[in-house]
Amino acid sequence: MPEIKELVKGLADKHGRTRESLLPILQGIISEERFISDAAMTEVARELDMSAALVYGTATFYSFLDTKPRGKYVIRVCRTITCDMKGKKQIVKTLEDLLKVNVGETTKDNKFTLLETNCLGWCHKGPAMLINDEAYTELTEEKVSEIIGDYMKNK
Amino acid sequence: MPDKKLKRVDLIFSEDCGYKDVLAESLKMSNEKILQEILDSGLRGRGGAGFPTGLKWKFTSQEPGDEKYVVCNADEGEPGTFKDREILSRVPLKVFGGMAVCGKVIGAKHGYIYLRGEYQFLKADLEKALDEFHASLKESGFDFQIHILMGSGAYICGEESALFESMEGKRGEPRNKPPYPTIAGFRSKPTVINNVETLVYSFMICRIGAKKFQELGTADSRGSKVFSISGDTPIAGIYELELGMSLEDFVEEFGDGDTKAVQVGGAAGFCVPRKKFKDTIIGFEGVPTGGSMMLFNSSRSMYNVLKNYVEFFEEESCGQCTPCRVGCQQLKKGIEAVKKGDKSAHYLETLQKLAETMKVTSKCGLGQSVANSFSSIVDNFKEEMIY
Amino acid sequence: MANTVNLKIDGIDVSVEEGKTVLDAAKKLNIHIPTLCHHEDLCVAGNCRVCVVEQEGVKNLVASCAMPAQEGMVIQTNTHKVRNARRHVVELLLSEHNADCTKCYKNTKCELQSLANEMVMGDHMFIDLVPDKNYTVDMMSPSIIKDDSKCIRCQRCVRTCTELQHVSALGVAYKGDHMKISTFFENPMYDVVCTNCGQCVNRCPTGALIEKNYVDEVWDAIYDENKHVVVQTAPAVRIALGEDLGFDVGERVTGKMVTALKRIGFDSVLDTDFTADLTIMEEGTELLTRLKKALVDKDTSVKLPMTTSCSPGWIKFIEHTFPEYLENVSTCKSPQQMFGALAKTYYAQKRNINPENIVSVSIMPCTAKKFEANRPEMRDSGYQDVDYVLTTRELAIMIKQAGLDFLTLPDDKYDSIMGDSTGAAVIFGATGGVMEAALRTAYELVTGREVPFENLNITAVRGMEGVREAAVKIENVLPEWSFLEGVELKTVVAHGLTNAKKVMQAVKDGKADWHFIEIMACPGGCLGGGGQPIPTTPEIRQKRAEAIYAEDEGLPIRKSHENPEVQQIYKDFLGEPLGHKSHELLHTHYHERKRV
Repeated sequence: MPEIKELVKGLADKHGRTRESLLPILQGIISEERFISDAAMTEVARELDMSAALVYGTATFYSFLDTKPRGKYVIRVCRTITCDMKGKKQIVKTLEDLLKVNVGETTKDNKFTLLETNCLGWCHKGPAMLINDEAYTELTEEKVSEIIGDYMKNK
Repeated sequence: MPDKKLKRVDLIFSEDCGYKDVLAESLKMSNEKILQEILDSGLRGRGGAGFPTGLKWKFTSQEPGDEKYVVCNADEGEPGTFKDREILSRVPLKVFGGMAVCGKVIGAKHGYIYLRGEYQFLKADLEKALDEFHASLKESGFDFQIHILMGSGAYICGEESALFESMEGKRGEPRNKPPYPTIAGFRSKPTVINNVETLVYSFMICRIGAKKFQELGTADSRGSKVFSISGDTPIAGIYELELGMSLEDFVEEFGDGDTKAVQVGGAAGFCVPRKKFKDTIIGFEGVPTGGSMMLFNSSRSMYNVLKNYVEFFEEESCGQCTPCRVGCQQLKKGIEAVKKGDKSAHYLETLQKLAETMKVTSKCGLGQSVANSFSSIVDNFKEEMIY
Repeated sequence: MANTVNLKIDGIDVSVEEGKTVLDAAKKLNIHIPTLCHHEDLCVAGNCRVCVVEQEGVKNLVASCAMPAQEGMVIQTNTHKVRNARRHVVELLLSEHNADCTKCYKNTKCELQSLANEMVMGDHMFIDLVPDKNYTVDMMSPSIIKDDSKCIRCQRCVRTCTELQHVSALGVAYKGDHMKISTFFENPMYDVVCTNCGQCVNRCPTGALIEKNYVDEVWDAIYDENKHVVVQTAPAVRIALGEDLGFDVGERVTGKMVTALKRIGFDSVLDTDFTADLTIMEEGTELLTRLKKALVDKDTSVKLPMTTSCSPGWIKFIEHTFPEYLENVSTCKSPQQMFGALAKTYYAQKRNINPENIVSVSIMPCTAKKFEANRPEMRDSGYQDVDYVLTTRELAIMIKQAGLDFLTLPDDKYDSIMGDSTGAAVIFGATGGVMEAALRTAYELVTGREVPFENLNITAVRGMEGVREAAVKIENVLPEWSFLEGVELKTVVAHGLTNAKKVMQAVKDGKADWHFIEIMACPGGCLGGGGQPIPTTPEIRQKRAEAIYAEDEGLPIRKSHENPEVQQIYKDFLGEPLGHKSHELLHTHYHERKRV
């Protein structure tokens, strides 16, 4: 709790305390915490002197501003038609097998969350996914195993 | 009949000019001159809607007050579109140049790039390029500052008024129009909002002149355009092509020999079946596109394609207006019910009427354009919807 | 003089002021365009799309509520395209809506239902989406029920909560098919900053936001022979109840209401006016005491300005938002709660009834009063002081349930004791009324003369401006009040919590030198309360205010300190204002609540 307070205060110092600062602050929380807890939102509301319901309403509008606990690495597989045509379903299955979770879930060790998302803008190189902010394209089962293996081992 | 043949162009990514020279020259030109060039060029917005860029700049420049803004719409979210990412990673300085020139013309001191959250990885490089650009501006003595704001995963924020709302820290819900951005945009101040690509073309027109740009394209669709080509094609990628070609030529060049349909303009665009390739011009007089070209060959189920699109809209609608929020849900449930046999094939007609209502009653372009793909796919591939 | 614009609607020329909408222009021509998200008190939303019309030269339909009227516009409101579109929109809303109309609290009073009725909906055109939605119903608040399955997402409640009340307990959350009206983290209403004011209930077009009703509980008490059921009626009920029972807006129905309550079977029909007058005695004395301590004793611990405490929405607002100013709030309980505490003590003694057997019911223009009655602070009689709070609307339901033809009922008088009223008490129902009543009494107490306003009407504190200041110079005071000689008593009145916030912010910023602040949570004061008949508009509230002031003028006694029963209770029971007994029963303290 004190850490969240500090984090939010630091972000507000950096981005300001007006309504326009809200998204940058929420994005800052995401990059540190991977999700925005109710405690974090309460702090944001306090710092910006605005209603917590409006903070919540704004956060939930944006797909990347998760309000549910997420793992250290959030994997978002593109589900748009072109990625789908290039074998996205198999990629998701591979990820589910590797991580032993279903789409929407987080691994027990809180390291990975597996999600699907709308067009990532890599349609010519599908299937594509993001791990946090990093894009991975032209995925194959082997490539995915390699990437995830690397994250499991080295990060 | 289209009279233009497919022709590759190299304006956007061309390295033949230093942006610094173009910038320096443009900043020396009078505002009237720049405006006239942009107007004469016939450049229309490259985000999809195609509003004449010169008029946008002109209207905004005519508004009183000294607090005005230039906003670069880099919230590229249309399925099948990835050109802005490419432009921003390869020629960011030209984008900034377009913003600065626009700022000069309309009298703005600040420009904002609203970059979609999915492209966060671009931010560091963009900031580096911005440092360089700001240094060049300083040399030229032009007072203009560009800032980068990030989106966070919301397709609707590509809609200009939703984008302003998002920039202001709110939910990205489109506003009522009028007033239009040229009068009340970001912070309710006069604002020019242009797509990434439009800004680069504006910048390039300052270099090559309206005349040269005009030589490309057709009466309604001047110049060239960056296409994002994906799907069943052996050569997916980014291509800058002259506007006005027929879809037949396009498919000849990019298809895999078995193209059954092309979705022009992304999920919000139109589906053109093989039999109409020949008579379809890619451009504002035919089927316009923000650049997304998705090719489908005969192995693909158009039902799956359509379902993918309506699911996308159902999720990405901001949800505030009835026709879009509920209409998308109904379209999805409706085609599922027909496919399963829970509803008769006649129900597709009800859905077509609903799509038409969404088109004429929705508050913003998102809801209004759902009907484009829905109607064109259902019309042209009806049997695939039923069996 | 504002510019006018000329346009044509359905072939008829019309001119309106620049800035008006197409909807406004159509209204001027008496052309009915259906609306849902539109509300006169709120900013334009343009999101339901029911009000679409055709504009010549424009491909798509336009939302008439959001489209400014422009010179030369040609509008059609009644075309095939328009009709089909509107019908589709209503069908779509119905497909997301739990249309269990006959079982719904808002049955026959629902705007969606009347639209469906107007458009003669037959078989549903679209697929019912309700079974797949995980709609929730929040019944945990003592005041308000929020039923998401009835919600049409027009956002009137959200705009009310933000624009009028500056509370924003409700917001819009999620997007697309998941978009919903939500509290912070979807917590129950009782656990967030909601003030229970019920303004959202007043503006909800459907049954998504309704008051928690206690009609059955009250009937049960009435039918219980072992119970003595007393009822009190708030000042603002008598001038609005008629609206739900066939009378025009602004018609006073005091006597009929009393008759109805008696026929319903209440054992004693009494008046909150009595404790309103008592409030003036206590609160007026408290103000003068605070002033004395500050001016004469130079006691810096005394908190000024003092604010009123009658409005439970305001109390909860300050607990959340300005807790550092809780000491500035008058310690007086609200008239409802004074009444409750006395009903089970003074009244019980006088009438020789075991307070255990008294059921105390109040009829209030308010939903926050339901919450207030449930506060732990409100048990000074040794019991829950007020057992059930019904809104004006719930009383109308009971009157209908009792089979009474309200229009033709004879008038009757309140019972005694605790049934006497004055004009000063009646005006508690309008914004500025408590201030006016307090000034009528305090000025006279201090100077021995009536307030220097014609016919006792202190018009400076009346009206519908959101924040109104007034100053009264106190001169030629009685000897015991000599410290007030020449003092200009500075007052301010605010209604609607957005205005309350402005006033408190001014106090906080040190920009104010008021002595006394009246705050009512609801626009217009209690006459615009969250429990009043629906709809509410500025015009309706204005008419109710006129009715209140007419009631005041029609009463023989118009000053609280002249209420004979008030004089009696001080003699028989309370001793003196702010005395020991008063402190025990009529005063309380409130506590800070979390900010979110």
